[in-house]
Amino acid sequence: MRLQIEQGGLLTTIQDLGRWGYLGRGMPVAGAMDPQALRLGNVLVGNNPNDAALEITLMGPRLVVADGEGLIALAGTDLGLTVNGHSAPAWEAHYLSAGDVIAFRGPKGRGCRSYLCLSGGIDVPPIMGSRSTYLRATLGGLDGRVLKAGDVLETGKTRLIRAGQGFFCPRELRPPRDGDAPLRVLLGPQDKAFTASGIETFLQSNYVITGEADRMGYRLDGPLIEHAGEADIISDAIPPGSIQVPGEGKPICMLADGQTTGGYTKIAVLITTDRGTLAQRMPGESVRFSAVTYDEAVHSARIEARAVEALLERRSAYRSRPRRSAPARGNWQVVVDGVAYDVRWEEIRP
Amino acid sequence: MKELNNPELLQAGDSCLVVQFGDTIDLAVNGSVQGLRRALEQEKPLGLVEMVPTYCSLAVYFDPTRTDRETLAARIEELAQGLSVAGTEGGDVLTVPVLYGGEEGPDLQAVADHNGLTAEEVVRRHSGRDYYCYMLGFTPGFPYLGGMDESIATPRLAKPRTRIPAGSVGIAGKQTGIYPIDSPGGWQLIGRTPLRLFDPTACEPFLADAGLWIRFKPISRSDFEALARDVASGTFQAERTPRREEQQ
Repeated sequence: MRLQIEQGGLLTTIQDLGRWGYLGRGMPVAGAMDPQALRLGNVLVGNNPNDAALEITLMGPRLVVADGEGLIALAGTDLGLTVNGHSAPAWEAHYLSAGDVIAFRGPKGRGCRSYLCLSGGIDVPPIMGSRSTYLRATLGGLDGRVLKAGDVLETGKTRLIRAGQGFFCPRELRPPRDGDAPLRVLLGPQDKAFTASGIETFLQSNYVITGEADRMGYRLDGPLIEHAGEADIISDAIPPGSIQVPGEGKPICMLADGQTTGGYTKIAVLITTDRGTLAQRMPGESVRFSAVTYDEAVHSARIEARAVEALLERRSAYRSRPRRSAPARGNWQVVVDGVAYDVRWEEIRP
Repeated sequence: MKELNNPELLQAGDSCLVVQFGDTIDLAVNGSVQGLRRALEQEKPLGLVEMVPTYCSLAVYFDPTRTDRETLAARIEELAQGLSVAGTEGGDVLTVPVLYGGEEGPDLQAVADHNGLTAEEVVRRHSGRDYYCYMLGFTPGFPYLGGMDESIATPRLAKPRTRIPAGSVGIAGKQTGIYPIDSPGGWQLIGRTPLRLFDPTACEPFLADAGLWIRFKPISRSDFEALARDVASGTFQAERTPRREEQQ
């Protein structure tokens, strides 16, 4: 499929699951801010969970299918996807062919990021093993920048399975992103740099997301967190999700494009699954933190991994019903007792 | 040196353990960081994702769904206890050719004036010793170098530049460094190397690494231009030599 970008949207970048392997050389991971949404969206259109898709922020782009055909699915926040002017549900695979127009009406509820996944994945050259855009170094994705009008995207080769049309992700497999549950953290690595009352302040207060919130990280505003001594340390590693507290006492949560090392004390680190939850929150919203155990964090990661597996299983069992509007013929591959058959079918009566 | 073999393990989220060897910027401490990094690189324990060596700690990233943290932590402690205090002297030396002064190093004279030296003397002192690369960070491929002669230390510019070209060599306080990518910054620029510290399309994208020594070598403008051509055409081979052997 070839797509022509007519409007770039507010902040649309190409992302996969990130550029791992170079953190030690100062290269941030980048990648999807809500990785679980990307994984599930890719499964919806028959891709590998790590394939590259468009990360869309609040106001989506406008694209036209210039050539070819394929499946698309929007996963993450429902940003009001439309195909040819008609609403097209999020978390569901839609079949598109040349001339079809993809646009967005804007967010329907809470949340701000979504992934437009295309069958075959977006085919841009991988840089250092990843197609993720890292804006600060203008690297990866499409020339390392956000999409703009006039850009053209190609999708990778795929066995087009038109039968995948209508395949959807049931609510219970989607990541719970719209609740008000506190964001879960593991205390440390420098929790000892804070007083007991400083830790209590951090865990008992509401923090508001400030306007300084982007793919690098979110600056939060709220009650000041008290250090026991020095607020700075000799620079060390900043794992994604780290919550730094500089001397002024207000937390900064580091996300996908966050720098790899730094010298502020880190009171806690978000558990992996809850990074996506924070990434869906917007400036002006308030958040709370709760300290959990390592086992609880791993349990949460396993739930996400199982959701991807469950969706993959459903996909292999899924066959769409031919729709009235669809051309009434097709090809299926059918396996009976281990033998594969190419079946050509044609509807003989409406 | 006993404490260097008994690091503290800190929880840094659900996918990272920070192995803390000390709290000083010190070659012996960083030698242990590098030693443990090499031991883990060799052993590749199950679930290990990657490592970030810094001044006094090694961050070990792992996949908690593929390994048990207790097992990994126990193995890290065993490996740390078995580390010989080899130090950092054995690292390789990377030669970084630099064209000092001129438009490549617009602040060379200011650094000289600040310290009551001639520009030539600043160049002599800057290129006269090896620098140890403790870690990379800040931007992709930026080396945190230790060991600058304090007689050429100079405060940062009062007004940072909006764009500093990749390869610029600068001084900020008691630190010296090389800009791997075009970026804004307030360092006093004394020269520029034609080498690319960061080339995302190369099969080895980074020239520098933690644990490496760096030696600046003054070059002429014609050398600079010739090297820049070789770098652009991909025929340039960086000069990397074992440090210990050459000192014998």
